[in-house]
Parts: sequence; C-alpha cells; structure tokens
Amino acid sequence: MSEGMQRILVVDDDVALSEMLQLVLRADGFDAAWCSSGERAVEVFQRYRPDLVLLDLMLPGRDGVDVCRDIRALSGVPIVMLTAKSDTRDVVAGLEAGADDYVAKPFKVKELLARIHTRLRRHVPTENSGVLTIGDLTINVPEHTVRRGADLIALTPLEFDLLLALARRPRHAFSRDVLLEQVWGYRHASDTRLVNVHVQRLRSKIEHDPEHPEIIVTVRGVGYRAGDAREGS
Amino acid sequence: MIELPDLAPVRRTLWSRSLPFRVVVTTLMAALTMLAATGWFLMDQSSRGILDGKKQSSLAEASVVLDGMQRDLRSLNLRQASINERLTQLARDAAYRGSVGNQYYVVVAGPVSDIGSAGLDYGSVPESLRRAVLAADGVYSTPTEISFADARPMVPGLAIGSAMPAPGGTRYPVYFLFTNQPEAETLAVVQRATTIAGLVVLVSLVATVWLVALQVLRPIRAARLAAERLAAGHLDDRMAVVGTEDLASLARSMNRMAGELDRKITQLEDLSSVQQQFVSDVSHELRTPLTTVRMAADVLYEQREEFAALAARSSELLSTELDHFEELLADLLEISRFDAGAAELSLDDVDLSRIAAEELSAQRRLAEGYGTALVLDAPQACIAEIDPRRIRRVLRNLITNAIEHGEGRPITVHVRADEGAVAVAVRDHGVGFSAAQAHQVFNRFWRADPARRRTVGGTGLGLSIAMEDARLHGGWLNAWGRPGQGAQFRLTVPRRAGDSVLSSPWPVVPDDAEVPA
Repeated sequence: MSEGMQRILVVDDDVALSEMLQLVLRADGFDAAWCSSGERAVEVFQRYRPDLVLLDLMLPGRDGVDVCRDIRALSGVPIVMLTAKSDTRDVVAGLEAGADDYVAKPFKVKELLARIHTRLRRHVPTENSGVLTIGDLTINVPEHTVRRGADLIALTPLEFDLLLALARRPRHAFSRDVLLEQVWGYRHASDTRLVNVHVQRLRSKIEHDPEHPEIIVTVRGVGYRAGDAREGS
Repeated sequence: MIELPDLAPVRRTLWSRSLPFRVVVTTLMAALTMLAATGWFLMDQSSRGILDGKKQSSLAEASVVLDGMQRDLRSLNLRQASINERLTQLARDAAYRGSVGNQYYVVVAGPVSDIGSAGLDYGSVPESLRRAVLAADGVYSTPTEISFADARPMVPGLAIGSAMPAPGGTRYPVYFLFTNQPEAETLAVVQRATTIAGLVVLVSLVATVWLVALQVLRPIRAARLAAERLAAGHLDDRMAVVGTEDLASLARSMNRMAGELDRKITQLEDLSSVQQQFVSDVSHELRTPLTTVRMAADVLYEQREEFAALAARSSELLSTELDHFEELLADLLEISRFDAGAAELSLDDVDLSRIAAEELSAQRRLAEGYGTALVLDAPQACIAEIDPRRIRRVLRNLITNAIEHGEGRPITVHVRADEGAVAVAVRDHGVGFSAAQAHQVFNRFWRADPARRRTVGGTGLGLSIAMEDARLHGGWLNAWGRPGQGAQFRLTVPRRAGDSVLSSPWPVVPDDAEVPA
C-alpha cells in the first residue's frame, strides 16, 4: 500500500461484488482490502487499520450488526453499511450498533463514492474554531474532544460532527434534512431515520437523563436544537 | 328547571342484560298474583263461615231471650207495676244474662227512654234497624259497630231487633247487640298465618328460581368468558368440561372451536412469516448480484465516450433499463411487504406543508421538461405524526403522475389541516379519466390507455403502493377525474397516529369541476 492513500476495508461475502467494489475504489484513488467473513473481520480490521469500513449487513458466520458493534468498541472509524434490506428494523439495528451511514443495494457507483468521501472528509473548521459550549459540555474543536467538567466523553467522528453542528448555532432549530446535508452530506435525501438514531445514540452518551434530554432538544414538527446553556453540575 | 334523570333506560338495560333478574321478576309477579288470589279466597271463605255460624247462634240466642221476655211481659199485671219498671227489670235481667260470658248487650226502647246494658252507647243500634222493627213484626238483623259510653273501643258486632207486644197493644222494641270480637280475633289470626305462609312461599320460590337460573347460567357465562378470552387473543384457553350432558357438550364445542381457531391462526402466522422470510431472501439474493451488474454498468457508462458507437449505445441502454429494473424490483418488494403485513411505520412529527414544498421543488426539473407550472397552495403549517419517507413517496408519485398526464397545464398542490386530519391534494388539468376509472387507477399495473408508453418510467405499481401507504397511516387516498377536466388525487391522514380519519379538510371533487348538465 502506498503512503497517503486512504484505506477502505470491504467486509462482504459476495466475491463478485467485492471485486467490483475494490476495482471502483482503487480507480477512485483508495487503497482497498477485502474480508469475506464476519468472524475474521475484527482481526483484519486491527491489522489493516482502515480509514473507513464498508460492511455488509448479512454475513456468513458473524452477523454484520455484531461485527459493527465489535469494531465500534475498538474505534470510532466511519462505518458505512451495505444492506440489501431496506426494512426499517434492520437499518435501525445497524445504525444502533454504531454504523454512521448506510447504502441500500443496489446502489450507483457515484452515490457510494459520494458517501465515502463525505465520511472521510474531516470537517476542517474555518470559523468558530476553538472552544464551544453546549449545555454543560465543552467542545474543543482543534483537539476533537468533548468534556463534561474534567471528564472526557468518547464520541465517534460522526457524533462529534453532529454535536458540533448543533453547538455552532445555539438556539437555532435544525430540520432533519438540514442536519442530513450538513453532517452526512446528503442533498435531497429523505431518510430521517439516520438523524433520529444518531441523535438517540448521542443523547445516551451526553445527556444526564436521555429520557428527558436537555442538551439536544426535540423541536416538534421541525427537528432538533441545542438546549439552553446551564451551569455545569 | 331541574332535569330529572331518566331512570327508564337503566331499568331497561338491567332487564335486558340480566337473565336471572328477568326470571326472578317474572316469577315474583306470577307468585304474587297467585298467592293474593288464593289468600283472598281463603280469607273470604273462612270469614263467611265463621260469621254465618255466629249469626245463626246469635239469632237463636236472641229469640230464646226474646221469648222469655215476651212471656214475662204478657203476664204482667199493670195494676201492680208500671210498664216502665217492668221493662227496666226485664232489660236488667237480659243484660245480666248477656254479660255472663260477654255475649251480648241489650237495649229496650221504653215508653220514656231506652233502657239497656250498663256503659253501652244506645246509638250503637242502627237507625235502619229501629225503623224496620217499628214498621212490622218479625226478627231483623244487621251488622254494626258497637260503641260505648265509657272509654272502651268500638267493636264489630251484629244487631238483632224485634218488637215485644205489651198488654194494651203497645209494642216495645228490643235490640240485642252481639259482639263479633272473638270471631274477628280468630279471623285476624288466620289472616296473619295466611300472610306469613304466603311470604315464606314467595321468598323461598324466588330464591329457588334465582338459584336455578344461576345454575343454568353458570356454564353459559363460562362459555361467554371463554369466548371473550379467545377474542382477546388467548387462544390456548379452554373451558372445564363438567356438568350435565348439554352443558358439557357446550363446553366441548367451545373448546373444539378454540382449538380450530388456534390451529388456523398459527397456520396463517406461519404462512405470513414464511412469506416475509421469502421476500427478505429474494431481496437479498437478487440485490447483491444486481449491485455488481449495476456498478459494472456504471463503470461502462462513464467510459462510453471512448467506445465505438455500438458499444456506447449498448452501455446507455443497459444503464437506463437497469434503472427501470431496479425501480420495478423495489416496487415489487414493497408491494410484497404490504401483502405479507410486514410494512411498518416510522413515525415523526412532520410539517406536511414543508414536505409538499420540498417534493414539489424536487420535481421542478421534470415539470420544466413538460412545460408545466407547479403551484403550491399551503397557507399554514400542517403538523402531523406520519412516516415522512412514505408520505414523500406518495407525494412524489402523485406529482410525477400529474406531470405525466397534465398536458402541460398548471398543477396545484393543496395542503390543509383541521383538528383531526391533514390532507394534501394534487390537482391537474390534463386528460383526466372517467368516474368509473376512479377506483381502477389504484389497481396494480393498470393503464388508462394500454397503448400509452410510460414516459416518466413509472412501474405501474406507484398508485397501489401509495394506497397501501395511506392505509398503513389509517388514512385515505381518493381519486377524482373527468375526461378533459383533469384529475385530483387527495391523501388524508390522521394528525395523531392510530386515530381514524372521519372527514377530510379538502374536498375530493375540485371547486372548478364542471357540473354535468
């Protein structure tokens, strides 16, 4: 593998599709590796250290949702699910296991590459860089850390971006579509399940009581906004 | 003005609701009638018998005493004593005889005044009797109330009167007042005994009927409860098979029915889950190779300019037809999910006006190709608890359909809300369709004109899926159309998920529709 190339791990049991994926990824300037079974996925992940994982939801041996959870336990690397099931339940299960995004089969090459680029593009903040606060949390943008008092809260890059987007414009109510565009890079997407599931995951990490959120508040009929600032407890 | 509660419905419901209540009330009424008739007959017979006997004996007694008094009076020598003294003496004697055993009282109408038993109120002799005795000879009797000059209470009695001829031709009336007190007391005892016996019979009858009704009803109630539990989904519940042949066979029938129901439902559930699994498998098995083909086609399509004309055109056709194939597959899978009952709502509070605006602007480019103007009529935010993905899909479908059939004339999307429901209607002024076709448009793969090519690339399943999406929300999808006047499709969904739609805030027949002459 060459220096400077971003690495993508493809976890899929279909040989033809995996080869096609690797061809397309390499043609687009990525370094790609392939793992065909769920059991070996974590091992390959640790050896290869990819910048992004493309993960099929249906795998022989170990289920894609479990693999997703295992990888998430090790790292905050972006995970994009490849799924033939567009049923709400399966998609939500994958997102809850920690996937950042999903692409439903069959997808177009352009669409897949666009998603991958969005997930790999680090948001380099040009304005407002420095330290932001939301609720009783402190976001250090250059450091990419979120703290409550002295305690560090571990967030995946996507969760960080989501929190940052809300914190940058406190009191502004974001619609789910706007969040999809700003955080996920979608233009005309209508799938608000992504936003809902990730807000739930984020709340479970940062809220004192996720049932009664105070940091990320639901705005009925619109979407979400940052909660009113309060003194740190 | 005070409104009085109407008690009749309460009574009527208890009457119609409770069988034991009905049986007991009926029995009570019948028994009361029977006992009252029997009691009255019994009392009438016994009092008549007793009082008749008393009358006979009283008459006999009175005539004996009267005979004695008459004899005495006839032998009277008026020179030796005054008639008045003699009558007084006779009255005293008779009163004395009557007071022995408390049998009767005597009143003798003397020439000066009435003479009689001590303490008696002479007014106790009825005037009618006095007149009858004075008018003619003979013995008369009549019932009366005997009253007293002292504090004794009135007693019922029999008054017997006759006149004694005295020497000198004068007639002196004599009245006997026999008390019926002992007989009345006897009758009261009989009456009390009859009433008590009647009440005992009544109470025990009602209690017996109540018990019998309950006994008969218990298995019926058990069957009803078992049926209710079955209806509530507890299909493994069974009734206890006990009691007489009839009741036991009722329980057996109920149990067999429950067993059959359970089996059928399990069978259907199995079929449904097999179907869902099949759809899921087909989906996966088809989509993975299709993805590879799709990607390969995309790669070829991107490089078509470097190909020879034949290969270039082929890669274009491959790519566009793959798009169509994908749409068809997606729609087919969506339809089979609905058929399997596997479709689920992912609900959210969403502003329907905003969704309509976004879907409308997403189709602007397509509309421009047809030269169609798109107009949004959404005066206010219409927030409802819906699945935005499905509602967007319905709107996308209705709008592209309108553009395709709109003949380039303007298309208006109306969004309205009332308290219970939100509605969005898509109105075009294109070719339209006949009233009879308004239902057919939702049929799968239905085409108004079989020769017509689908230019927008619809799969023929769009409106069927839209209809299913509307139903899944508990809402309506209605179509109106007239040839040459265009069409209007109206989606109505409840504001709160789980509610049902009673009326739509927007009429399905447009205001500008021409009324047929």
